[in-house]
Amino acid sequence: MIQGENSSDTGFWGDNKSLTFVLEGEDHTLGNALRYIIMKNPDVEFCGYNVPHPTESRINFRIQSRGRPAVEILKQGLQDLSQTCDHVLATFDQAVKDYKGDSEIKMETD
Amino acid sequence: MATTDGIRSFVTLNEFDIDHVCIVLVHSTDFPGSYHGYDDAWSFAKFTENFRIEIIKIDGNDMEFDMIGIDAALANAFRRILLAEVPIMAADKIFIHNNTSIIQSEVLAHRLGLIPINADPRMFEYRQEDDEDGSDMDTIEFELKVKCSRNTSSSSDIPDPSEIYKNSKVTTKQLKWLPRGNQATLHQANPIRPVDEDILIAKLRPGQAIDLRMHCVKGVGQDHAKFSPVATASYRLLPKIILKKTVRGEQAERLAKCFLAE
Repeated sequence: MIQGENSSDTGFWGDNKSLTFVLEGEDHTLGNALRYIIMKNPDVEFCGYNVPHPTESRINFRIQSRGRPAVEILKQGLQDLSQTCDHVLATFDQAVKDYKGDSEIKMETD
Repeated sequence: MATTDGIRSFVTLNEFDIDHVCIVLVHSTDFPGSYHGYDDAWSFAKFTENFRIEIIKIDGNDMEFDMIGIDAALANAFRRILLAEVPIMAADKIFIHNNTSIIQSEVLAHRLGLIPINADPRMFEYRQEDDEDGSDMDTIEFELKVKCSRNTSSSSDIPDPSEIYKNSKVTTKQLKWLPRGNQATLHQANPIRPVDEDILIAKLRPGQAIDLRMHCVKGVGQDHAKFSPVATASYRLLPKIILKKTVRGEQAERLAKCFLAE
């Protein structure tokens, strides 16, 4: 569940450029990877996350953008991350295939 | 290393540098706006161009590979996913009918839970929490029925327990898979069994017996370490060692020895 907390409620300025998202059931696995990829976005002024309590499975994920709505930035970040992971998986599969193919050829010649 | 390129590409550990304040920079800093004249914006095209995986070895249960052109934030996410989020099957409910061994039932149940089971978790579903019996879609059942007795046929003079008693050691080899529904045909190519046959579960003496059934269910390492598919998974950054002065003679030989492969 993603819950957007409007910045005007939390005492920051009142627009949709700055939001804190509460990501339920997530931890550093998604938090840090997503933070990295969102910080790579030039539209982002600030991005960070924290784990409010170690026994509760949720993170607070903060985005402050220079112009675009923070929701859009989050969506973009998740898409970039997903695309990247797909590419890593494809590369890995190919690398394993190549390695196994090579070692079979080696075994045959041995 | 103090060049912009150096700072951007490396984490510096000036461990034994006593003249300067120790600099340990563990975070990536290559973000847009950090460095003048560099385009650090995320680009998938740029990533695919630079990213490589080179496999160093695959040897039974061990694997080592280099991931080149990826940030530690992503590599660490993969490591954490391997440890805590990739599901496997493990014994979760143990029904003990009889246990007269010296190992307490709850300890025995815990030990059984930690036994790695050779089963493809993709062929199973998660069992519902209120489900007591499970179905062939979400449960693997094993039976362990062992009784220890004297080995009357033994003529050995040596008081070796494995010689003079039968079943003095209970191992994973004695776990019997009880296929449910169509599991036997479904898993014909790769029958379900413990990964290792020689894991010691308990030791028995004549008159002692263990009789139990166990239900293996699908789970993730987040819930319990027994559901973690890896013994461990780790990564490290590729080291670059810079020698500050030329090393010669005996010192050079000693230094070279530090980097010999085993």
